[in-house]
Order: sequence, then C-alpha cells, then structure tokens
Amino acid sequence: MPATSERAPPTSGSGIATTLRQPLRPIAWRLAAVVDIVQETPRARTIVLQVPEWAGHRAGQHVDVRLTAEDGYQAQRSYSIASAPEDPHVALTVERLDDGEVSPYLTDELRVEDKLELRGPIGGHFVWDVKVGGPLLLVGGGSGIVPLRAMLRHRAAALKAAEINARRHVPARLLYSSRRWDEVIYRDELARLIEDDPTLEVTLTLTREPTKGWMGLRRRIDRMMLAEVAWPPAERPHVFVCGGTLLVEAVATALIELGHDPQRVKTERFGPTGGAT
Amino acid sequence: MDGNAHRLDGNAAAGILSELFVPDLTAARATCAGCGASGAVGALLVYAHGMGTVMRCPSCDGVVLRVTRTATQVWLDPTGARRIVIAAAALPA
Repeated sequence: MPATSERAPPTSGSGIATTLRQPLRPIAWRLAAVVDIVQETPRARTIVLQVPEWAGHRAGQHVDVRLTAEDGYQAQRSYSIASAPEDPHVALTVERLDDGEVSPYLTDELRVEDKLELRGPIGGHFVWDVKVGGPLLLVGGGSGIVPLRAMLRHRAAALKAAEINARRHVPARLLYSSRRWDEVIYRDELARLIEDDPTLEVTLTLTREPTKGWMGLRRRIDRMMLAEVAWPPAERPHVFVCGGTLLVEAVATALIELGHDPQRVKTERFGPTGGAT
Repeated sequence: MDGNAHRLDGNAAAGILSELFVPDLTAARATCAGCGASGAVGALLVYAHGMGTVMRCPSCDGVVLRVTRTATQVWLDPTGARRIVIAAAALPA
C-alpha cells in the first residue's frame, strides 16, 4: 500500500467485534420473585413480580415466561404486562386455560416468594404512551384487556387528574367484551378510573348469560357497536385491539370497513386459547 | 379455518427475533417481496408451530420471514422480505 494512501487503515476484526459487542442489550432470561398475587376473577389472577435489573417497559409490551420441568422439558409462553411503567412492580395477569401447559401452573400453583423465569420487555409495535397522543381507542375481549389496562394505567399516571386539559387532549375509550359479569377482569379498577376521569369512557358488553339486572350491551362486538363507540375515522384515533384471534380479526376488519386507517389499527392476537369470548 | 384461528401477530415473534437482532424488529417496516406491500413486522401474520415461526404478509399471505430453531442452530429465512427498514432511533447509541 503506498504511503500516500488516503484510505483509512484497516481495522482488525477483533476491533470491530469489540465495537459491536459493547452496545448489545440482549433480552436476557431473569429470575423474578413473586411478591404478591391478586385474584381478579375465578379464572384470572395478577402476579406481581420483582424483576432484577428491569430496565422499564412501555405499555402494551409483553414478557416471555419459561417453565422448566425436573426432566428438563421447557414450555414457554408470552404474557402481556399488566402494570404501567409508572408502577413500582411488573405485574402479569394470567387467565387459566384448562388444557394449557403453562397457565394452570401460574394460576393454581405459583405462590408468593416463588421464582419465575422470564425475559422482557418485548415488542415495540403494539405499544402506546402519552407521547403518541390520542384519541385512544382500546378494544379488548377476555384477557385481551391486560395490555390495554397497562395503557390506561399509564395514561392516568402520566396525565394527572388535576391536569384535565392534558387529559382532554388524549381522550380514551375502552370497549371490553367478556363472557359473564364475574369474568370482567379489573372490574373495580375500571370503575375507579372512570369515576375520577371524565375524559375516559368504558363500555362493557357481556356475550353469555348476562347477570340479572345487567342493563348494558349483551352481544359480541360488532360493526354497529364499534360505529357507536369509536370516534369517527376523521378524528384519527390510535386503535389497539387485543383478544382471541377471531375477535381481533372481526374487530379489525369492521374498523377498516368503517374507514379507519389500517396503519392506526394495531392488533395483538392471543390465539384461540388466549381468552376469546 | 383452523389455521386462521391459530394465527398471531408479528408481536408474537418479538421474543425469538430479539435473540437474533439488537433493535426490536417488530417496530421495523418490512416490504413483502411477493406483492410489495409494506407494513410493520409486528403486523405480519404469525403461525408458530413446533417447526418454527412463519411470518406472512397480511396482504398476499406470502411468507416474509421464517425462523426455525434446531437443536444446534437457528435458521433465518428472509427470502420473502424485499427490505426491512429500522428507525435509526431504535439502534443502540
């Protein structure tokens, strides 16, 4: 190579490796400690966790949970984070699936002070924070409420009740479908949230055996219901739909038929066993 | 019908993709090599089987990305992705 070369000297391979390795932030498996358990419904409970070196999360993200049997067999599932980034602990709300490999352990066996192997937070698509703005339209079925609850808790924590104008800029509506009244997850919390927030509206619909005295909606979420609850497409709401695959696809299709921008309709399918109503 | 009822979103592949890529790939935009449609990786349709994770285009149903794990290797098949665009802000500082 001539001495006058203007080319930069070659970098050794190991030098590149050092540069590349340094910023890596692998989402590592960690052992979290169960600090509290809250029974939400007969089939669902919230597991409150102390996660070492938790870097914080965004509302809507999930974690992967891994169980290892004594013979080494591993089963892994994804669970939405139920807590807001502002909450002191990471919480998961898990609904029992009778033929599930992982959820019966989490809903029936796991105790306070037990350890749980998980990695996260994961996912950067189905996420919302107040910087994204509003209006915020949340549509959920069954345990599909979980990541939407994280968004509502984040909204309530980030925009204080006293700053009503800030909340008016980011109005929120939740349309939530459950099978029965006693399966409405976070029932009391949702009631509390709307009590001190005129910029939040919650609409519940029950799809089976409505409780005596139930005056609300009694059918699956359909296009007419969405037309009534959702803002007009011209308001350009940010829409998050979460629940069983069939509910999510029916809702997303109806919203797009109503004229909502497909890019603003974000979906999280839990699969057929993940809390479909 | 059965297959449709089992499909998930690209979000569901965020975990395994995080094993392969530093930035979160589900927030990146992928262009389908088959039909040219472009959208978030998190909005692709995911079919997770024992054999691996298949991510299909919501417009044409073509396979965009496929990740398969064997006992000793991870196979990433990006044949169906014409390009993947990642926001510079998502990259490590």
